Amino acid sequence: MTSAIEVSRVSKIYRRFSHRKQFATLKSALLSRSLIKNLRPDETFTALNDVSLRVPRGTTLGVIGRNGSGKSTLLKLVAGITKPSSGTVTVDGRISALIELGAGFHPEISGRENVFINGIMLGLTRREVTQRFDEIVEFAEMKEFIDAPVKTYSSGMYMRLGFAVAIHVDPDVLLVDEVLAVGDEGFTHKCLDKFGEFKRRGKTILLVTHSLGMVERFCDEALWLDAGRIKGSGDPKRIVGAYITDVEQREEKELAATDAKARQSASAAIVSPDEPASAVLPDTPMETATGPADMFRATEGRWGSREIEITDVALLGPDGQPAHIFQSGEPLDLRIRMRAPLPIDDFVVGVGVFNAEGICCYGTNTYIEELTPEWLVGDAQAIFSIESLDLVEGTYKMDVAIHKMDGYPYDYHRLLYTFRVKSRTKDVGIYRPRHGWRFSGDVRFKKTTGSS
Amino acid sequence: MFHNLAQLPRYRGLIQSLVARELKARYRGSVLGFFWSFINPLTLLLIYTFVFKYVMPAAVKGADPYPLFMFCGILPWTWFASSLVESSGVLISGGNLIKKVLFPAEILPIVTVTANMIHFFLALPILVVFLIVYRAPLTVSELLWFPFVVAVQYVFTLGCALILSALTVHFRDIKDILSNVLTLWFFATPIIYPYLFAPDIAKRFLNWNPMAHIVISYQEILFFNGPFGHWKWLLALAVASVGLFLAGYWIFDRLRDSFAEEV
Repeated sequence: MTSAIEVSRVSKIYRRFSHRKQFATLKSALLSRSLIKNLRPDETFTALNDVSLRVPRGTTLGVIGRNGSGKSTLLKLVAGITKPSSGTVTVDGRISALIELGAGFHPEISGRENVFINGIMLGLTRREVTQRFDEIVEFAEMKEFIDAPVKTYSSGMYMRLGFAVAIHVDPDVLLVDEVLAVGDEGFTHKCLDKFGEFKRRGKTILLVTHSLGMVERFCDEALWLDAGRIKGSGDPKRIVGAYITDVEQREEKELAATDAKARQSASAAIVSPDEPASAVLPDTPMETATGPADMFRATEGRWGSREIEITDVALLGPDGQPAHIFQSGEPLDLRIRMRAPLPIDDFVVGVGVFNAEGICCYGTNTYIEELTPEWLVGDAQAIFSIESLDLVEGTYKMDVAIHKMDGYPYDYHRLLYTFRVKSRTKDVGIYRPRHGWRFSGDVRFKKTTGSS
Repeated sequence: MFHNLAQLPRYRGLIQSLVARELKARYRGSVLGFFWSFINPLTLLLIYTFVFKYVMPAAVKGADPYPLFMFCGILPWTWFASSLVESSGVLISGGNLIKKVLFPAEILPIVTVTANMIHFFLALPILVVFLIVYRAPLTVSELLWFPFVVAVQYVFTLGCALILSALTVHFRDIKDILSNVLTLWFFATPIIYPYLFAPDIAKRFLNWNPMAHIVISYQEILFFNGPFGHWKWLLALAVASVGLFLAGYWIFDRLRDSFAEEV
């Protein structure tokens, strides 16, 4: 197999001019005779750093990475739109770049004329466009509107037409930059089918996307860029897995940081037990369990008399280590450490879980579950153990509180603990019941590949 | 540079369709459409004719019939001036193409100059009407020079347009400087007054103005009696224009890689 795309030791350095303002006029540049001097950048940004890759003909390479990791720069370099600062890029065959669809459309003239001009711009001859015209229009599902000026098109129509032209250029190398987000579901499927057809015909595809599922399903190889460098390449499953792990670790760190911040600012503002606390907390023993009527009051914070103090709260993963990211269905232990300087015989320990919209997903406490307190003194620890975290994907916040049976708060932590639930299934709602599907009769499903 | 230059003929079809698009799009939606190509120079003509025939007739003695004289100069000037104004902004307004599509950027100024040339051609029928009405002294041998003058002007304008469009990407205020320069340039070109009546000192300056020679050539061919005597100047200018075009293309080519990042 020969390679269709060869990128060797390519770096791309963007220049930033910080004293841009001072020489923004030709006159001043000439007057100060600093034209040449100022054209030299004083700050540079390395978008790609010594990147090499080879894409054999007929393979599909998926490029993943966080925002700003250099994916689009790589694509533009391969497309020849920008030149590398060092290194070489070689592409064998006709390229079509789906970077921005319909980039050359002129709003005032009809779709028909724009198809011709766009096609010619992308490297077709007039005759070739004429030959493919019907196919293009049909693919874009634009028959009725093709003679209307493009400015009257909806953005979906615009994108569809742009995509249809670009895909009918019949390139040897197709570069795709996150363009499948356009169009409705049906059109997206059509595009994917078209990509599949390209693959079968032995064309090379370079795909930049945030849709990891697509990389796993669709690509022969994956490339992971991070801050302008290649962090991994090879089998899509392995690379996507590594990427997800990395993203989770990053999120974990971020969550831990915001969590610590929230706690810090909460403990700085302690509300005395006598006054507003009673207004915030009605007489019901566990406000969080009473339903959304009071939820709009739910802002994060901490209050209470501290006769019993919550000294530490941690979410523990299956390995017993503190964590902020959990897979749906994993066990979770909530560890609460508390301290009571004097013995206390009236106490209730409660927890509540809220989703990002502030809806209470679950709330309970020892009083509701009919545990009658006898005493608590000195250092103590409670573990609230969830066998299986049956929540859908999302970010959740937790209440942890210790208070009297009549609601008088000792230490109330409102929405101070954040954790994230990850799931490979993108189901929706608040709660995921344990479930399965059973079918009878003549029903069959295709075996899916790639999904786990 | 020469490699890129050699590629240009391949984009003939693209230039053609873009010029057609430009012309179609310009007047799309306006009631009079293409007639604006006639009306714009006509209005200008009316104004200047009024001023110089009735307000201060002494200034232009010897250029009679004055409307015809003016027309010989104002049409090519309009082509030249609007080409420059438009091409100074063309890379920025076409930034989407440069950034998102693999697209030879020099096509944009070329399209601008060519589209304006087509406008010039579209206004020529009015000139023909004037020539017939005033029974201008035309000879076939003189008329053969006409396409040559047009060609020289095209190459010259193209050279200016390439330089301007490339530099404006880096210095946005060229656009504003340009509009002032063009006003000065207009009066420094014998369009509303005949070259012959300029004082000797002024003539020395006028000789340095390439547009003066182009306009004088048009006037000699279409307006003045006698054989086309300006051909030596015109040939020299033709050589200089090719030089300017190459220099412009060289500058454009040097700055080409920066366009995608700067626009």
